[in-house]
Amino acid sequence: MEQIEHMGRRGNPALRAAFPATIPVMTGYLCLGMAYGLLMAANGYGPLWALLMSLLVFGGSIQYVAITLLTTAFAPVQALLISIMVNARHMFYGLSLLEKYRGMGKVRPFLIFALTDETYSLVSTLEPPAGVERKDFYFWISLLDYGYWAVGSVLGGVIGSVLTFDSTGLDFALTALFVVLFMEQWKHAENRPAGVIGLVCTGVSLAVFGADNLVIPAMVLILIVLLGGRKKLCI
Amino acid sequence: MHLTPVETLITILALAAGVQLTRWLPFWLFPESKQPPVIVTYLGRVLPAAMMGLLVVYCLKSVAWLAAPHGAPELLGIAAVVVLHKWKDNVLLSIAGGTALYMLLIRVVFV
Repeated sequence: MEQIEHMGRRGNPALRAAFPATIPVMTGYLCLGMAYGLLMAANGYGPLWALLMSLLVFGGSIQYVAITLLTTAFAPVQALLISIMVNARHMFYGLSLLEKYRGMGKVRPFLIFALTDETYSLVSTLEPPAGVERKDFYFWISLLDYGYWAVGSVLGGVIGSVLTFDSTGLDFALTALFVVLFMEQWKHAENRPAGVIGLVCTGVSLAVFGADNLVIPAMVLILIVLLGGRKKLCI
Repeated sequence: MHLTPVETLITILALAAGVQLTRWLPFWLFPESKQPPVIVTYLGRVLPAAMMGLLVVYCLKSVAWLAAPHGAPELLGIAAVVVLHKWKDNVLLSIAGGTALYMLLIRVVFV
């Protein structure tokens, strides 16, 4: 990370523009990544396992879910299906970035590989400043976020191996992060109807289908309401 | 550790494959060379806000609303995040403050 920042000072305008934008994600990812590393350590998985998981899977909620999977029985097919369902919302992210990620050339595969909730919230909201190529700007945002998460999980793993720490409740940071991102969307009045639709549809889905099966029905419901209300929502 | 290292590695790869499938699928369905349908462009514009709503509720899915303390720690934690964010508009402060309050509440008040 230091090396990357050092290069930035020497003159990489895209990195210089991207870094400040990622500071909120840095704090969130270092914190959540550390909490993750600590949880892994508490379940007998050292920092290298946490790092491997963070580099290959790179998805906050599924990595937390994965701790439960790793501590029960060996069931790779179940793991694959759960992973698809937990991360199904990424398909919606991809849909809304089709335009933005057009013509990104060589960095495009990495942008898609590393698309998380938080990176998505940044790239879907931000445009690069004048003189900075879009593809470089989004590349650095994605790479920095990827790095924060990896560094955080290793730190947490190392700390967790050395000392025992009661991290109960620390995962609330994830909830807090999404509440903040929701409020950021809320700042733009035209986003509010869709925001309310997201809350209500997911709430209904939770009440009807229960905690374990809510994501897919919620996505279907959101899709139906957004498409049905298209004329009213089209601003 | 409950699984063998090889089993753990296979599980990690399965998880990674699932995540990557969800990230790549839209880009495979609507390749760069083709203009996506208007309906897809519309969804691209309204989905971000809706998904943030989904993520908030998703995080609260395991709360037992009918049993004491009826989700009070979660609701108070969220209230703290909202108030802090309205007041200072500092992402780190809002997240840290809300999480600290929540951890305090579940350890000291609603034990």
